[in-house]
Amino acid sequence: MTAEAQAPESRELGRPRRRKEDQRLITGRTRWTDNISLPGMLHLAVLRSPLAHARLERVDVSAARQAPGVVAAFTGTDFAEDFGSLPTAWTVSEDLKVPPHFPVTRDEVRYVGDAVAVVVATSRAAAVDALEAIDVSYAELPAVVDMTAALADDSPLVHTDLGTNRCFSYHEDHGDYEATKARAEVVLRRRYVNQRLIPNAMEPRSVVVDPTATDQFTIWSATQVPHFVRIFLSLVVGVPEHRIRVIAPDVGGGFGSKLDVYAEEALCLALARRLGKPVKWTATRSEDYLATIHGRDLIEDVEITAMRDGRMLGLKVELLSDMGAYLQLLTPSIALLGRYMYPAIYKFEAHSFDCVGVFTTKTPTDAYRGAGRPEATFLIERAVDDLAAELGIDALELRRRNWIRHEEFPFTTVAGLTYDSGNYEAATARATELFDYDGLRREQSERRERNDSVQLGIGVSTYTEMCGLAPSRWLADTGYAAGGWERATVRLTPLGKAEVVIGTSPHGQGHATTFSQVAADALGVAFDDVEVVVNDTATVPWGLDTYGSRSLVVGGTAIQQAAEKVVEQARVLAAHLLEADVSDVEFDSGTFRVRGTDASKTIQELAFASFGAHSLPEGSEPLLDAHATVDPETFSYPHGTHLCAVEVDTETGASHIRSYVCVDDVGTVVNPLVVEGQVHGGVAQGIAQALYEHGMYDSDGNLTTGTLVDYLVPGAPDLPSFVTDRTETPSTTNPLGVKGVGEAGAIASTPAVVNAVVDALRPYGVTDIEMPCTPQRVWRAVQGGRAGETAEQDQHWPEDVQSGGLPTDRGAQ
Amino acid sequence: MIPVAFDYAAPTTIDEALDSLAAAGERDVKVLGGGQSLLPVLRMRLAAPELLVDLSRVAELRGVRDDGDAIVLGAMTTHDEVVRDPLVRQHALLLSAAAATVADPQVRHRGTFGGNLVHCDPAGDMPAAALALDAQMVVAGHAGRRTVEAADFFEDLFQSAVHDGELLVEVRVPKHTGWGAHYEKFQRVAQAWSIVGVAATVRAEGDTIVEAKVGLTNMGATPVRARAVEEALVGQPASDEAVRAAAARAAEGTDPPTDANADADYRRHLAGVLTRRAVLAAAGTA
Repeated sequence: MTAEAQAPESRELGRPRRRKEDQRLITGRTRWTDNISLPGMLHLAVLRSPLAHARLERVDVSAARQAPGVVAAFTGTDFAEDFGSLPTAWTVSEDLKVPPHFPVTRDEVRYVGDAVAVVVATSRAAAVDALEAIDVSYAELPAVVDMTAALADDSPLVHTDLGTNRCFSYHEDHGDYEATKARAEVVLRRRYVNQRLIPNAMEPRSVVVDPTATDQFTIWSATQVPHFVRIFLSLVVGVPEHRIRVIAPDVGGGFGSKLDVYAEEALCLALARRLGKPVKWTATRSEDYLATIHGRDLIEDVEITAMRDGRMLGLKVELLSDMGAYLQLLTPSIALLGRYMYPAIYKFEAHSFDCVGVFTTKTPTDAYRGAGRPEATFLIERAVDDLAAELGIDALELRRRNWIRHEEFPFTTVAGLTYDSGNYEAATARATELFDYDGLRREQSERRERNDSVQLGIGVSTYTEMCGLAPSRWLADTGYAAGGWERATVRLTPLGKAEVVIGTSPHGQGHATTFSQVAADALGVAFDDVEVVVNDTATVPWGLDTYGSRSLVVGGTAIQQAAEKVVEQARVLAAHLLEADVSDVEFDSGTFRVRGTDASKTIQELAFASFGAHSLPEGSEPLLDAHATVDPETFSYPHGTHLCAVEVDTETGASHIRSYVCVDDVGTVVNPLVVEGQVHGGVAQGIAQALYEHGMYDSDGNLTTGTLVDYLVPGAPDLPSFVTDRTETPSTTNPLGVKGVGEAGAIASTPAVVNAVVDALRPYGVTDIEMPCTPQRVWRAVQGGRAGETAEQDQHWPEDVQSGGLPTDRGAQ
Repeated sequence: MIPVAFDYAAPTTIDEALDSLAAAGERDVKVLGGGQSLLPVLRMRLAAPELLVDLSRVAELRGVRDDGDAIVLGAMTTHDEVVRDPLVRQHALLLSAAAATVADPQVRHRGTFGGNLVHCDPAGDMPAAALALDAQMVVAGHAGRRTVEAADFFEDLFQSAVHDGELLVEVRVPKHTGWGAHYEKFQRVAQAWSIVGVAATVRAEGDTIVEAKVGLTNMGATPVRARAVEEALVGQPASDEAVRAAAARAAEGTDPPTDANADADYRRHLAGVLTRRAVLAAAGTA
């Protein structure tokens, strides 16, 4: 019997394979968590606070317990023995304050959406109906909405026991910033606001917990991190880890919002344990807006010291980062994750970094596509464009005078990161060519000269980012609880198919396709002969899941290395069967051949021979099966040049993207189609932040953009056609040469768009438009409605180089 | 996500529908047209009617017919039908132009012309177009039918002249054959509501505007006619300069809202800019 298999047609790396997942996803032959229905399953509904801040005087669920279909109803205090506080995994500083965060609050509500009580019923409708029978008496407390006000001495406190709204303070100095200021000819100072965003994964959060035996549970969750969920739910709910199986079935997007361990996951587990029946909860869109993490929400102050010839000397960054009411899994770390990226691609001599985390009575923030790096990139790329304008130097030319030249790699930045590779000149040259940079600059001049009502602006963003989270030692140094390795198992089935078991957890990225290509090349098997096994802690016992553009860089490397181990196992068996010395057996495209002879075995033949185990070499075991666990030594650093041309209608304030060109360098490309898709989606999300999206609260702490009517997610009609291209400078820190692409578009595009809008309006004296650049904001800027503020911000320019300090006293406790 | 439980009636004739409404007595009742505004409100539990009367099976409420000096649109005619209907395009092009800007194709295939009018959302697009065309709303009740002029139909925020126990059954639109028309909608994303909309229809002889009608969306609690603009346009050439001068008066007498998208003063400014663009486009000179 001989195993049959297709021989691979050619190398898979670089082939634009259509995604294996898409037919199933597009035709609906798939399974989301909310599709799971189990015999006897109960439904959870959560009563959420309508107030931003209040003391709970009474929560009475007795009437709800009598409602039709209701099995149980509980308040926060009823759960005192069921679970502890939800986890925060990143101790970012010694002074970090971690307030208790219970899945159902026990004493106070601290944001609109905070859970007050729960109902479990035989149907979802019965559970939702019964919520209305719960009687709650709130004693209203003052909302804390504004970060600056929250730090004032007399501010009401979100958590009284903490005695402050300051969650943490962080300071880091690289080089002597003040010394650069002393000799600088110019100092640029700006304040940028990075507004609150709502992630809007297409699939809302959802969880089902099935008590499969006494104290044994299977959990389905719409999560990016099934392995994290298993560990942390064990800790929070007290079910032994080995009695929990977590499955993330098809997951409809996350963007970081499902990189968390949520109250409802703990609740469903605790309730399934109490009630002995399966329990399901699925968020409505409105619930997701309140009770799933938000993103960004920073006030970013920057100073750049420079010489008149454009040479940049020092960079000072001071951030206020809004935590919201509680700390979720990674909340305090997000702004800090970007701290090494503020110097970006530029050769600063000194970098000073400050960040203060602030509690407010709003939905907690956490990772959102880019997590720290968009915040850094927005600040530095906005500031460099502003500096260029103030110095009268072309925005690209100013960058050229300061960026790391390609021959200078590897280069250690002022922040201490060593960038292994890059070629900013090449990406920029290609982008300017595709964009017709000079032609558009000419048109811009012409429109300015004839005072056209439609002005043209050109925005630049030459970003870099750090991907491949993360070296475990680096994570330890920054206070993170876990490591950053990834684990792959590669095995050949008896009939010569390959199974790749990988601990990253796809939720839209196309892992099954990309990883099949990596494994197919390494094993010399056909793309269709590879099955990628993911998203289930029973079948994938080890893994650290998906975030931070890590899957291919870390996980792909693990797959490659495990596959190479399998090839070596097979080589030994081939030598044995072909009666040759191992060193004489060559491997190419799935066939082992004795050098200089016709004697050969295919990898499929060897898989069956190993399975049969009839004749194995001395000391070897049956089965071709190997694993590799890769802990990266460093990060990878994708980069690129994004250019955006925006037409601003000065009569209405409307901004229309005329053209968008991006040339990204993500290293070696495994699948150009997948990369293209990631870039398109990321750029769309970044444009959305620049022009449309804004999670807004009123002064009472109500989310005023609580539906898709008010929170503007752009659709295809609102976005331009993207012109994309790539340069390929392979990473030298992993064998595939890949760098990661999941977040690049979202990181790069936002400053490119805002820079373009501001550039269009510079003749009107405009130096900034706060995001999102709404028509009204743009129109007011054109009208000079903000002339006062703009002039004030500029008044120390360029001669006044005295130390500015901060607009608000952050030193006050 | 899940509405409060309600009773449901699905009549097949107007008389049956009126019977259902009459039988409801004191109960809180809502009429379901295309459901594009009502269903979200029910699902978010912002309304909890005890009875829904679904008009989707009432065939006599659908379609467009020629009635001499007017065309008549059934209240349950969908936006998409309004966009495409040859009679509408020939005699009331403004309605077609406005309907084409409503939300997205899915909504236009479900949402209805009559439902949009009765809903009286100040940011809805069809009321301003109906007002500009001097449409007449035919309202049926158990006592019989009455006709309400568009100028009297939009009483207040979310409040039309259709009262309890009544139905809007059809809309008579005087023929504006040969009139140019344009609906200029200003919004932040394609599916969003109008921040300001301008419905303009113009009759020209040669290069001269001889008649103009302009309705404004979201410049107050109800749609308003820009009468000052209409008067100023008569006898003017359809030139940028002349239209600009007339359009500058668009916000006269309006009381626009301030909300998250726009302050009142910005809306007044937009009304002028958008009116100029709408009129020029309507006159075919844009």
